[in-house]
Amino acid sequence: MAYVAVKGGEQAIDNAHAWLAEERRGDTAIPEVSLAQIDSQLGRSVDRAMGEGSLYDRELAALAVKQAQGDLIEAAFLLRAYRTTLPRFAHSLPVDTSGMQIRRRISAVFKDLPGGQILGPTYDYTHRLLDFELTQDSGGTAVKDGDPIMAMPRVPDILRHEGLMEPDGDGVAEPGDLTRQPLAFPASRDVRLQALARGDEGFLLALGYSTQRGYGGTHPFAGEIRMGEVAVEIEPPELGFAIDIGDMVVTECQMVNQFKGSKTTPPQFTRGYGLVFGFSERKAMAMALVDRAMRAEELGEEVTAPAQNVEFVLYHSDNIEATGFVEHLKLPHYVDFQSELENLRRMRREHEMASPPLAGNGQGEGAVQTLINR
Amino acid sequence: MKGYNFAYLDEQTKRMIRRALLKAVAIPGHQVPFGSREMPLPYGWGTGGIQVTASVLGRSDVLKVIDQGADDTTNAVSIRRFFARTAGVRTTTHTSEATLIQTRHRIPETALRDDQIIVYQVPQPEPLSRLEPSRVETRRMHALSDYGLMHVKLYEDVARFGQISISYDYPVLVNQRYLMSPSPIPAFDNPKMHLMPALQLFGAGREKRIYAIPPWTEVRSLDFEDHPFRPIRAPHPCGLCGATDSYLDEVVIDDKGGRLFVCSDTDHCVGRRAAGHVGAEGVPEAAE
Repeated sequence: MAYVAVKGGEQAIDNAHAWLAEERRGDTAIPEVSLAQIDSQLGRSVDRAMGEGSLYDRELAALAVKQAQGDLIEAAFLLRAYRTTLPRFAHSLPVDTSGMQIRRRISAVFKDLPGGQILGPTYDYTHRLLDFELTQDSGGTAVKDGDPIMAMPRVPDILRHEGLMEPDGDGVAEPGDLTRQPLAFPASRDVRLQALARGDEGFLLALGYSTQRGYGGTHPFAGEIRMGEVAVEIEPPELGFAIDIGDMVVTECQMVNQFKGSKTTPPQFTRGYGLVFGFSERKAMAMALVDRAMRAEELGEEVTAPAQNVEFVLYHSDNIEATGFVEHLKLPHYVDFQSELENLRRMRREHEMASPPLAGNGQGEGAVQTLINR
Repeated sequence: MKGYNFAYLDEQTKRMIRRALLKAVAIPGHQVPFGSREMPLPYGWGTGGIQVTASVLGRSDVLKVIDQGADDTTNAVSIRRFFARTAGVRTTTHTSEATLIQTRHRIPETALRDDQIIVYQVPQPEPLSRLEPSRVETRRMHALSDYGLMHVKLYEDVARFGQISISYDYPVLVNQRYLMSPSPIPAFDNPKMHLMPALQLFGAGREKRIYAIPPWTEVRSLDFEDHPFRPIRAPHPCGLCGATDSYLDEVVIDDKGGRLFVCSDTDHCVGRRAAGHVGAEGVPEAAE
């Protein structure tokens, strides 16, 4: 009997899990990929999983990437679900990116500047030709540790000396935390930046792009992009001074944007800010564009475009939320669908019996059917 | 479960959720924002309901989990296993045996008692969301009881279709004050919420909202005097147990338009069949 088909959920789930494990491993004649391999050779995947998973741990992120078969949103989800169970024993001090051990630093607004332009490990000037050499083990060249590059001033700081750049906030207030407190509006900039840093790279990329094409333009210049290691410090209350607990690699983007000034503020440059775990320049730049776009109201600009709509951006930037709700449509909806079926059948019955309802100005299904009937 | 607290969430998180629940019970139908956690199940799978259940679950509770009215749908199985694993509580499929029932999309046919709690999984807690996408705006509308937009929507339904065309997630007014989404239960189930002896809790994980209906609270489905609320049900008896008053699933049995209508509440159907009721397509219990 057909009805039997919906039974047996328990067994079906077990079988699905077993099949998934088999699929994940793939052909056992091929060596299994190690976490160290993922970390060192698929580093950009690890970076993205850490950023959107909101957890800086390369080994766990490599594990998540492996467990998710390379599906990076799934990997970020695994990290998030783990992160939420971790106890919080301290908050770090704000990281000081001006003290970054630079691996890459470029500015699009000054030809040369203190510290110079450092290209670093970029794809920017590669020709995107498939390198068939890589089909074989390349063997590789040993990594040479170069001299550590001295700390460099940040471009907005250079501009600020002349008073051309808006000042930083005081940074004294306790920052909000979206993972503890639900989003509320108006959302302060710290909360917005947290949401963007956790947000989906693709979503931010599209929104940032939209501002460039006229939907909330911000006249951006890439003032500076830097990537490298920053020190993470905590200040245990029993010590009373800060201690270094480790380093992490981050990418920072500071967009320099025009601002015509207002009655209270002289004309000056404003900033959009992006900061992302690992080497994720695309996301840091998109984040900076969207951050600046969301400041439209604060700066007295007209709010017309999606990227300027804080509520729209923040409620839709999280890909764990988005993928959950989009994909939940595959869960059973028999009950609601049945009620829709009955509803539609009833409406069609009544439609057949009754004279055609008023067509009005031709709106709606009823009107369309009326026209067909005539 | 090793390495995890009873019922997965740590006690501080449970406490935060219970505080939200207390506020929700004190203001029936009002959506209380809460610090929803990321759960090991995806958003949309019932993370809100799971967090509420985890926060009120005790060691002596007996848990029932249903999805679409059934205990054996995959997601119900998965959530029941989650609590069996993380809390080690007794589980049941019998509505009358359960002290705590987590549900998606249905209210059991068996009337609930005052010593039971029902937890609804809610995808979209904001009943006005399809009419006004901004939560800043809908919060203002709730504060002012400004529900004209919803009444206009219902009126437009009547004007265009001759009737209110909402068949599930049918909006209700709770305690004569707050407009509330009953979660996507069929409108058929709405009357069960009215003056229910059991405590009704609603959890929306992705949207980070909790709301509640205390026992014996008035819950009215919105309607008009000349277009009264009409619950919808397929006009058939259950094919297996013959029930004429239960909500039915429609099962496609062949490609020639054949349909079997069966109780969506599997416990209700099994119970009736055990008591000797047989539907037109059913088999007497003794035969199994």
